Amino acid sequence: MKGKLSHLDWLESEAIHIMREVAGQCANPVLLFSGGKDSLCLLRIAEKAFRPGRFPFPLMHIDTGHNYPEVINFRDNKTKELGERLIVASLEESMAKGTIVLKSADEPRNKYQSITLLEAIEENGFDCCIGGARRDEEKARAKERIMSFRDEFGQWDPKNQRPELWNLYNAKVHKGENIRAFPISNWTEMDVWQYIEKEKLELPSIYFAHKRDVVKRNGAIVPITEVTPAASDEEVENMMVRFRTVGDITCTAPVASNADSVEKIIIETASTLITERGETRLDDQVSEASMEQRKKEGYF
Amino acid sequence: MNDTNQNNTVLRFMTCGSVDDGKSTLIGRLLYDTKTILTDTLSQIEKTSKKKGMSALDLSLITDGLQAEREQGITIDVAYRYFSTGTRKYIIADAPGHEQYTRNMVTAASTAQLAIILVDARKGMLTQTRRHSYLTKLVGIKHIIVAINKMDLVDYSEEEYKNICNEYKSFASAIKLEEPNVDIKFVPMSALNGDMIVDRGRSLSWYKGPTLLQILEKIDTTEKTNSSFLRFPVQFVCRPRDSSNEKLHDFRAFMGRVESGLMKINDKIKVLPSNHESSIKEIRIGDKIITEAHAEQSVTVSLNDEIDISRGDMLIHEDDTLEGSKSFTANVCWLSETNLTPNRTYLIMHTSRSSKARISSINNKININTLETEQAVELKTNDIANIKFKLAQPLVLDKYSQNRNTGSFIIVDETTFHTVGAGMIETIE
Ligand SMILES: Nc1nc2c(ncn2[C@@H]2O[C@H](COP(=O)(O)OP(=O)(O)O)[C@@H](O)[C@H]2O)c(=O)[nH]1
Repeated sequence: MKGKLSHLDWLESEAIHIMREVAGQCANPVLLFSGGKDSLCLLRIAEKAFRPGRFPFPLMHIDTGHNYPEVINFRDNKTKELGERLIVASLEESMAKGTIVLKSADEPRNKYQSITLLEAIEENGFDCCIGGARRDEEKARAKERIMSFRDEFGQWDPKNQRPELWNLYNAKVHKGENIRAFPISNWTEMDVWQYIEKEKLELPSIYFAHKRDVVKRNGAIVPITEVTPAASDEEVENMMVRFRTVGDITCTAPVASNADSVEKIIIETASTLITERGETRLDDQVSEASMEQRKKEGYF
Repeated sequence: MNDTNQNNTVLRFMTCGSVDDGKSTLIGRLLYDTKTILTDTLSQIEKTSKKKGMSALDLSLITDGLQAEREQGITIDVAYRYFSTGTRKYIIADAPGHEQYTRNMVTAASTAQLAIILVDARKGMLTQTRRHSYLTKLVGIKHIIVAINKMDLVDYSEEEYKNICNEYKSFASAIKLEEPNVDIKFVPMSALNGDMIVDRGRSLSWYKGPTLLQILEKIDTTEKTNSSFLRFPVQFVCRPRDSSNEKLHDFRAFMGRVESGLMKINDKIKVLPSNHESSIKEIRIGDKIITEAHAEQSVTVSLNDEIDISRGDMLIHEDDTLEGSKSFTANVCWLSETNLTPNRTYLIMHTSRSSKARISSINNKININTLETEQAVELKTNDIANIKFKLAQPLVLDKYSQNRNTGSFIIVDETTFHTVGAGMIETIE
């Protein structure tokens, strides 16, 4: 037997295998691309899986309309550079159609993403969405399958998942049903950063330490933007911060950091004491089981 | 420890134990002592421990998963956990141990290279211990660690430990679970107090062997079962048909993962089931060209001849005598809540190829408690039986004992598309 693969090579190979299974088994898959670090790993894996051919699927961004401009620019440049097709499914369109009704104008929009996603799936007839979710992100994901079955309403039923054995994946669905495929299920946040370093992947600038106006609210650092203004009694500080996830402005918080390179982020991640979601997704803290609830409703 | 080393290898293991043997506490302990549990998770656990009226941290809460389970207070599905040391990345498949969850055990075992079998030192070997050991053997796990837990409750007695070890050894040899095929190691521990898991603790000074983590760190993970024969199932065919680029105009390449063996440039190969022959022209991973590809590598391969190859075909070496076959027997674990219907047609998914299949006969069923075989006419959830199949299309099969990747398959219900069974090939006709 020839040499053992390093963990990054092994994880990469597994992810390539999963993506090729999607391409081989599904008639009309799509890759969900947010501009975030996990989905950038997916793009590199897709290149390794399918070049010199084109990707056998388009990319799709579920756009909440509350984005950091750096991320949107990055997204557009990246798709151009790859020469692949990007579909943008926008929450604001769903709002205009009346399928999303916000309780108040400044309500966080993350939880509505599933509605726009399901509409886009139906409109385009997608039978599989490839996503960058990882099992180490949150409790409810620890049991997620690599190919996860969703019924006609996009719902995830934790009690009715298909058993998954060896590296045999069953992506068969009836019309209207859907598979969510997670090629980097077995990666941890550290694996992702190490892969980014190894592959020299470019990231949106907000991942690296930069100066930003923020306020401290309930122990979290909240960035001050047009859609998230400071309250009159809050003191705005200009701080060195970086983001650990990108997403809707209203529910993504940065961390205080001076790490301005991937290398420094790795060192910081190795000594960090707070999990990714606990620290930076303001909405997941609400209830211990909130992610599970959202997954049931059709979130990624 | 969250190590920054880029060159860890991967070890996948599963944990088995009866309810309350301390499986969740052990996993919690492994994660906690390797500093994989982070502050916010920890503070949540503290809160919940207090809510439950416990004085110390309940480490078993770390692996506590879904709402439904929390309500029922039991684990009902396989969960995956991760931790990493300076030398290895570990993937734990955490499967519940109840009798009715044989299928979860089999699922967890299918990707594991090693199993930790927990035994409560007060109770010694139970029917469950025997069942779990048998299942790990059935699913081809080559490394077993028998972890004798709750040593604190038997005064850390060396004698109790030795008795259980001996009892296990005689059982293991009775079911032919022994060297050189299977390597079995024993370790005494207290998951609750953290003795002999990551740290040695103070109470087991008579034990001179390695801690649980030291055993995990040293296990040789090279898959001994998988034969050295080349198996390359084609997953996807790349035909850019790019007329603007001369190089790509006629480019054709075959994409897949080397399931076993070694593939080198210029190797003479043949394609099954068509038997067309050619040789390897180029191997690449992305745009990196390599001269050889070994097991577990996902690569893109082009050949020196233009032959018709599609998804589901298998590349093997030219001098290999393997052929496609349409009849075989296999040990099947039934996963579905709906019984197997012997006269129905099912779909078998094997590597990247599938075929319709019928059941020729159910040869026997294994009583998982007595480990004896018995007659069977039907198969229900969690049953394990030896079944003879007839295929509509030939599949390129290996025996499971020789190759876990090309010797395994899943059974899919053609109406619901659910995965209803998992099979391990025993004989091929
Ligand atoms: N005294 C003692 N109790 C233990 C030990 N390991 C686990 N326990 C306790 O045994 C009970 C069951 O443990 P748990 O980890 O939930 O078992 P599981 O059902 O196998 O996951 C809990 O009350 C644990 O605190 C140990 O080494 N010593």
